[in-house]
Amino acid sequence: MSVRDDVAARIPGGDAGLIVAILLGIYAAYVLAGVGLGFSLRGQLNTIATLTFFIAVFALLSLALNLHWGYTGLFNIGIVGFMAVGIYVMALVSKPLYEAGGAAQVGGLGLPIVVGMIAGTVAAALLGLVIALPALRLRADYLAIVTIAMSEIVRFSFLSGDLQQFQVFGERVGFGGGSGLILDYTDPIEGFLSLFGAWDAYLGVVSAFEPLFGNPKPVVDGLVYGVVLLGFVVAYYWLLKRTGESPFGRVLKAIREDEDVANSLGKNTNRFKIKAFMLGCALMGLAGILWYMRSGAVTPNSFRPRITFFVWIALIIGGAGSNTGSVLGGAVFAALLYQGPRTLKNLIDAVLPNAGAPSGFGPAVAPLISNVDPVPFLLYTLDSIRQLQLVFMGVVLVWLMHNRPEGLLGHRKETAAGIPLTTQQAGQSRAAPDGGSEDE
Amino acid sequence: MSDAAETGTDSADEPSGADADPTGGLNLGSTGPGIGEAYPLQVEGLRKSFGGITAVDDASFEVERGSLTGLIGPNGAGKSTTFNLITGMIEPDAGTVTFDGEDITGMEPHAIANRGLVRTFQIARELQEMTVLENMMLAPKGQRGESLWRSVAPGFRGDVVEQEHDLLDRVWEVLEFFDIDHIAEEYAGNLSGGQRKLLELARALLTDPDVLLLDEPFAGVNPSLEKRLLEHIHELREQGYTFLLVEHDMDLIMENCERVIVLHQGRILTDGTPAEIQANEEVIEAYLGGNV
Repeated sequence: MSVRDDVAARIPGGDAGLIVAILLGIYAAYVLAGVGLGFSLRGQLNTIATLTFFIAVFALLSLALNLHWGYTGLFNIGIVGFMAVGIYVMALVSKPLYEAGGAAQVGGLGLPIVVGMIAGTVAAALLGLVIALPALRLRADYLAIVTIAMSEIVRFSFLSGDLQQFQVFGERVGFGGGSGLILDYTDPIEGFLSLFGAWDAYLGVVSAFEPLFGNPKPVVDGLVYGVVLLGFVVAYYWLLKRTGESPFGRVLKAIREDEDVANSLGKNTNRFKIKAFMLGCALMGLAGILWYMRSGAVTPNSFRPRITFFVWIALIIGGAGSNTGSVLGGAVFAALLYQGPRTLKNLIDAVLPNAGAPSGFGPAVAPLISNVDPVPFLLYTLDSIRQLQLVFMGVVLVWLMHNRPEGLLGHRKETAAGIPLTTQQAGQSRAAPDGGSEDE
Repeated sequence: MSDAAETGTDSADEPSGADADPTGGLNLGSTGPGIGEAYPLQVEGLRKSFGGITAVDDASFEVERGSLTGLIGPNGAGKSTTFNLITGMIEPDAGTVTFDGEDITGMEPHAIANRGLVRTFQIARELQEMTVLENMMLAPKGQRGESLWRSVAPGFRGDVVEQEHDLLDRVWEVLEFFDIDHIAEEYAGNLSGGQRKLLELARALLTDPDVLLLDEPFAGVNPSLEKRLLEHIHELREQGYTFLLVEHDMDLIMENCERVIVLHQGRILTDGTPAEIQANEEVIEAYLGGNV
């Protein structure tokens, strides 16, 4: 462990340097894997775009969760519910008006996508408020129960026939029920760029890729969207760093450590908890929008609690209480545990094309027991590597809890103050001329 | 400047070095402890039962301004419950608590603390994964940056940072007063038991209180540190702060307090000067087991 800390200390740029180094390592590994798979340039770029997308969304979500859990100690296991509310409300607001005979069963309000994003974010925050008012007065574990119940209630509400379609302002809108909701608005990338009048220029850039490979638009779109998401990661990071490094963040930390003490020192802890909870929920809602906005359609059953637990794993890997750790955890989780097994499986298939793995567990284990031949079992394991994803996550969690429970960067050393709190600084601050007064 | 008026509002005080207390007290952002009512803390007919047990039964007493008053009683006499009732941690079944002429019964703990009545805990409850400086910076009242908007929105941040510098000066002064400035950057969880007690008292003081309720501040503290803590308390008392002190050590109470209140089975047995208490047959019978 100390060896790793030494290595970490040698990377220039501190935690930010560490994040950049690990990201470069991850991308290098994926590019190498792509080379091993014999990917074309198009395939490589596609891999990078997908990887960037998942790194970004998990970083966004674990940053938001870090505000709840890492800073304030709020045990929210209903993350996916806020994401679902975000994207569904956004869809309701931004889908075009209903037209009979179209592919979509229901329409939306036809407002610009940006308006929809804001509406979805605000809706997630308001849902947070509704939950916070009764639940935050209770102890932490009750908040956990309430939030996970809420996320399932949200999913079942969107599944229900009653909300499948209804009228708003005389327009036929709805959430589509179990058959899902087609997101038939203009592609957000086109929407954004048209807003700045840059859409034609963008199409020009895209066509420049034409000589390299055919039909470059989806690939370039994916890459651009990945970069946009990374921009959101930077924005989240900036916002939460500023929130944490302030008297507000200091009170949140104090609530995490001992709410009674914060209360006895004159802090209205309920108010702080509600504010922090709502902000985190809004960020989760926006992350949900960004995750599903370009997916073409959403169904309620995408929003199962497993996504919530993925985010928790990402935060625990990175280190609760640290914003840099949250970003790192999101990246490591997305690259190694979420996308990793899939890529590994492809790689194995490419390297061992005709290995002929046994078709079931029985034929895989029988040779191991009868004549101690591990080869069929190993082949079977490699073949099932994607199905073993959840097992890997469990193993990583168990290992972390034993060896590094604070996560990669979870030293919680991000100072909760608007100024650096060091001995030297304090001395200087004190010596600063202060209207010529002399204390003692 | 009326302290009660200043602390009664949530608005930001203007901390300023030039405003330092002329009497040489600590600069806590006000002119020091208030000089309002002669008896800032008055408890009247306080009662609380848990299930069948009456923890506090019709307790009435008052604490004189600028005094060091001891609250004693055998285990289970209701001392900690009385503290919890006064500071709003639990709500009384009957009775009133009056602070500076205002009825504060049933108010939230933070509202009471903001009025200048601040407690410490029996087991020092430092905020472990925060440094000593963060612990201390938490305490002052009227911090502009406690508004999320002001802390985050561009344009307001400068104000917040400026106040942080002022607060840090104040914190530093108090740390030096308590001789714990050398551990300023330590995590509170790494401190020794005695250092935690000092930190807790220092932190409570930074809220700029009028009256401090100390719940067994000397429990588990070695004799030399106990002496230091007592010196600090006496020094602060001379500056005008009022203390109500729960303590088991009879000698300590008798030597240091001007007045002593004796609780027994939830009731006030008697109160008076240490000499009166020591001469009181009932106290000797109930509390000291008759063999002083």
